[in-house]
Amino acid sequence: MTPPTQTLKQRPGADGPRGSGPLNTQDQALHTRTLPRFAPLGLLAAATAVSVGISLALGWNRAAMVVVAAILYLVAINLVSRSVENGRRATDRTVTGLVTIAFLIALLPLTTLLYTVLSNGLGALSGEFFSASMRNIIGEGGGIYHAIWGTLIVTGLATLMSVPIGVFTAIYLVEYGKGALARWITFLVDVMTGIPSIVAGLFAYALFVLFLGPGVRSGFGGAVALSVLMVPVVVRATEEMLKLVPNELREASYALGVPRWRTIVKVVLRTASAGIATGVTLAVARVIGETAPLLVIAGSTDSVNFNPFDGRMATLPVFTFYAYSEPGVPAEFSVERAWGAALVLILIVLVLNLIARLISRAYSPKTGR
Amino acid sequence: MADSSNELTRPVKRLGDRIFSGTALGAGVLILVTLAGVGLFLTIEGLPGFTADSSATQPADNFVGLAGPLVFGTVLSATLALMLAVPLAVGVALFISHYAPRRLSQGLGYLVDLLAAVPSVVYGLWGIIFLAPKLVPIYRWLENNVGWIPFFSGPTLASGRNMATVAVVLAVMILPIITAICREIFLQTPTLHEEAALALGATRWEMIRMAVFPYGRSGIVSAAMLGLGRALGETLAVTLVLSPAILYSFNFIGAQNPSTIASNIALQFPEASGLEVSVLIATGLVLFLITFVVNFAARAVVNRRSEFSGAN
Repeated sequence: MTPPTQTLKQRPGADGPRGSGPLNTQDQALHTRTLPRFAPLGLLAAATAVSVGISLALGWNRAAMVVVAAILYLVAINLVSRSVENGRRATDRTVTGLVTIAFLIALLPLTTLLYTVLSNGLGALSGEFFSASMRNIIGEGGGIYHAIWGTLIVTGLATLMSVPIGVFTAIYLVEYGKGALARWITFLVDVMTGIPSIVAGLFAYALFVLFLGPGVRSGFGGAVALSVLMVPVVVRATEEMLKLVPNELREASYALGVPRWRTIVKVVLRTASAGIATGVTLAVARVIGETAPLLVIAGSTDSVNFNPFDGRMATLPVFTFYAYSEPGVPAEFSVERAWGAALVLILIVLVLNLIARLISRAYSPKTGR
Repeated sequence: MADSSNELTRPVKRLGDRIFSGTALGAGVLILVTLAGVGLFLTIEGLPGFTADSSATQPADNFVGLAGPLVFGTVLSATLALMLAVPLAVGVALFISHYAPRRLSQGLGYLVDLLAAVPSVVYGLWGIIFLAPKLVPIYRWLENNVGWIPFFSGPTLASGRNMATVAVVLAVMILPIITAICREIFLQTPTLHEEAALALGATRWEMIRMAVFPYGRSGIVSAAMLGLGRALGETLAVTLVLSPAILYSFNFIGAQNPSTIASNIALQFPEASGLEVSVLIATGLVLFLITFVVNFAARAVVNRRSEFSGAN
């Protein structure tokens, strides 16, 4: 491994304010000089001040100001550290800065997204928004009553289908499965998590078309499509949880003469129930926002439809999509409804995630007792 | 006598056990059947689409003329997104696993996971309303100053609905899954390797280069490929953000952008009928095969690491 010093030392422009003497003497000393602990923060403040000054003078916007401040900081910490400490430390400090910046950049979409949805969507929320459908609505008014019911029905049916299949598959993999079949199921479940959601929708359509003829649309088809996406998530979550159940519990149960299936139901599943509940909640949160498969197979309608086996069924994500992409003539009301629906959708997803975390936090230390 | 000893050693087969294990096996097999069914039903319904004439493959003349640019657009947008997301995700994962204070790291990881929970249609709205206008000044600058590079020849739309914006939105969407897997792998680096590096006098960055990256290289590669799989199949964000066309173009900030398979299906399917549906399902089959291969390869790499538990 080549020490980074060799290349870095020769770089021009490494002369700091005090000039960089022969670095070798510093490298070989037992106690190298180090920057004081406040140095990074101080340099950051200085870089920000300079950047604000330049921006005010040249009339740049805030985004440019932040970018310039970040670059100034990285250059400054590198030069200062190089002159006081050594090249290796300078690289280390620069990378620390870069990694922190990467994290802050990653937070940027989350915060701006929440802000955009809140500021645009809050105005749309009202009593009517939750209690009215879009039937006979042109322009102002109307709401998402039909879409909320559609989402509840489709997601509920998908959950009813996926949870038994997913949990039983996980039981097979953990408790019974050995050999090639179990290995292949594990592997293909992993591959299945990567199926594009629109392909799941097309699959449901292709399946139902065989029985019901072309142009078929139904809420149940949407539930089938969502199940294809949901089952692998449930299997993986349940599998992880079942593996955490200590073998001693199973053996204790067998020793008492309890049949295997009752051991699994009464001991293993009960021990893992909180973890499974967390996994299922996260799986629901994942599919409740799926748009593409429902666009293909469940379609869209303006009226309330409680029958998942007959006709089109509106859902929140599809409603959001059409309200924005095909707003009709006075566009602003429909766009506002789109933001309102997006806000409701994101709130549902966040609440589901929160519930999942709370369940897992409340019951998590199931092992090591 | 022989009977009773036989009775003792033979495992008891209860009816309940047989029903229960049979159900469990059935559920597992059902998953395999479903996966095979996805391929089978798409093939049955999509087969007429492969030989369709120009009436059903507008604006192209035949299926290849339609599917070719779509595959190109799909791969291009996903690749661009990957190039943006992977360095950022590795940085974020490093921050969470090795730089942030221990107490904070779990909470920070949860914050990044929240990004994965946001529905794609909301990302689409955010991309078109918030992000695209913010990026237009950058596109204008690129067009005016480095427009001689074919990637940036423009002309930029005032709405910013182009390939570059799509790439940024997709990068944000695949960031959480890449970060989650990288973080998991970085945390699995043997502590002894890290401590050995530090004891030799390495700085934190040198320790990461000597101990963490070599250990996690295959994990980073497969995380990137899983991210690629997600980006290839992403639908609504692309549909909302892109101003689509059927063509080959490397101009990232122009007015005419190659559409993607998924986005094209979402746009055309609701109004399609007859042979057009078959054509769309056939393109869906192509997308399924591409993502299947990518995911298959990625998982094969991940599974070679026996201890890896999966982070999705």
